[in-house]
Amino acid sequence: MTAVTSQEFSDPASWVPGAGELPRLLPPAGAGKQAQDLMTHLARYGRLPYRERTGTLINDLEAAGLTGRGGAAFPVHRKLAAVLAAADRRRKIPTVIANGAESEPASDKDATLLWLAPHLVLDGLQLAAEAVGAQTAILYTHADREHDVGKRLQQALRERHAVGADRVPVQLALAPPRFLAGQETALVSHLAGGPAIPTFTPPRITERGLAGAPTLVQNVETLAHLALIARRGPGWFRAVGTRHEPGSMLATVRRADGRPRITEVPLGMPLRDLLGDPQPESAVLIGGYHGTWLPAARAAALTLENRSLEPAGARVGAGIVISLPADRCGLVETANAVRYLALESAGQCGPCLNGLPRMASAFAELAGGRPRPQTRADLERWAGLVTGRGACHHPDGTARFVRSALVTFAAEADRHERGRCSATSARPFLPIPTSSARTAEDWT
Amino acid sequence: MNEKLLVNPIECEGHGACAELLPELITLDEWGYPIVDPRPIGPGMERHARKAVSACPTLALRLLRG
Repeated sequence: MTAVTSQEFSDPASWVPGAGELPRLLPPAGAGKQAQDLMTHLARYGRLPYRERTGTLINDLEAAGLTGRGGAAFPVHRKLAAVLAAADRRRKIPTVIANGAESEPASDKDATLLWLAPHLVLDGLQLAAEAVGAQTAILYTHADREHDVGKRLQQALRERHAVGADRVPVQLALAPPRFLAGQETALVSHLAGGPAIPTFTPPRITERGLAGAPTLVQNVETLAHLALIARRGPGWFRAVGTRHEPGSMLATVRRADGRPRITEVPLGMPLRDLLGDPQPESAVLIGGYHGTWLPAARAAALTLENRSLEPAGARVGAGIVISLPADRCGLVETANAVRYLALESAGQCGPCLNGLPRMASAFAELAGGRPRPQTRADLERWAGLVTGRGACHHPDGTARFVRSALVTFAAEADRHERGRCSATSARPFLPIPTSSARTAEDWT
Repeated sequence: MNEKLLVNPIECEGHGACAELLPELITLDEWGYPIVDPRPIGPGMERHARKAVSACPTLALRLLRG
């Protein structure tokens, strides 16, 4: 289990609007790393507030301004409203899916949440099902890297069954250990018995998803927030965060020691408070391997919200913030991750199938000794060619990551062209899964 | 009418028939896959666009009403 901290920043009251207390989702500081059982959960949060009708929760979610915490930050109320409307129009009973298939290797927040606070996620799943009129619910997760989360979730479901907490039966489903397994259309394909690879939309899955039913897919952290908004209301939710991006979020933070820390922070938190003072000549990766490298000094001036990050070319995403130690080579680290991304392509779309391996190979050349001057121009061109041309956003995210590395590590690339490298440690820093073999069975 | 061309990138196998028939709106990338002009099809081009759509051996190219 990774370290869980609640408030590492010094004086939150000085800049957080309102008097909201954190953590909300994770156990309070001092509670240890034990999973919360149903009794502990109910003592802390109170009973599950069913609304006894579809739809009413959607208004509260709109007032709260909750956005998806899986990375895309899509307004949650709009997704629920779309599913409800499609269900009415097409006279189909919708399906609700909690997505815990956290596939970014650098993220550990969903696994941590599912382990420590499974009941909050399961509450959210029930309430979301009620809000759209669903009668089946599925919780889709990876096998946890360190814990038997499946067993923990079965135990949580048994506890709930014993007291009749759930109105909609919940099925557990396991995602294959692939980067794209959590992508919405890949998830629907897998749950329908096919491979966990993306399909081409339209129609959107909110219209026609699993077994043709309108399908709501929400990240597990999103559902946990939803469960608390249902209990405490939109005003409470907005007591932390910013006016435009309210609430708290889970972040996976890696500083120089490389150890992931899962921390619950308000949106709008200064990155300097998350990471400490910037080391000169160092860099920060925001958003994981579909994310953006920024020079550490630039990142230190930004806050964890899209209004601050987007002008710098970054996004909050799923809350991955990584500080690269100054003794490592950003080009080598990026090359390792790009190779992983290329191996994780589903290989369905021509531009991704052709472009990503070429980008991986060119980046490996850039990371090694004496790259050709042409290599960076090739990378730029291929990044442009793959963007917007896949069935999913895998090529787009990979291109964003590559381009940001070319900018942030430009001086280092100059050094490499002269046969030098500023790194003094060759030990890999970014976490890269080892099993990237690509066979048909891997996807199912 | 405001129709647009849309390629399904999973179905597309890069045969290139579309670019041959409609070079005004479709070019091929260095791997032979089509890069489609995302703008609505201009007047006078609809007939050519329809020809390109029906010539695709994998039915990957579609015309969508804007």
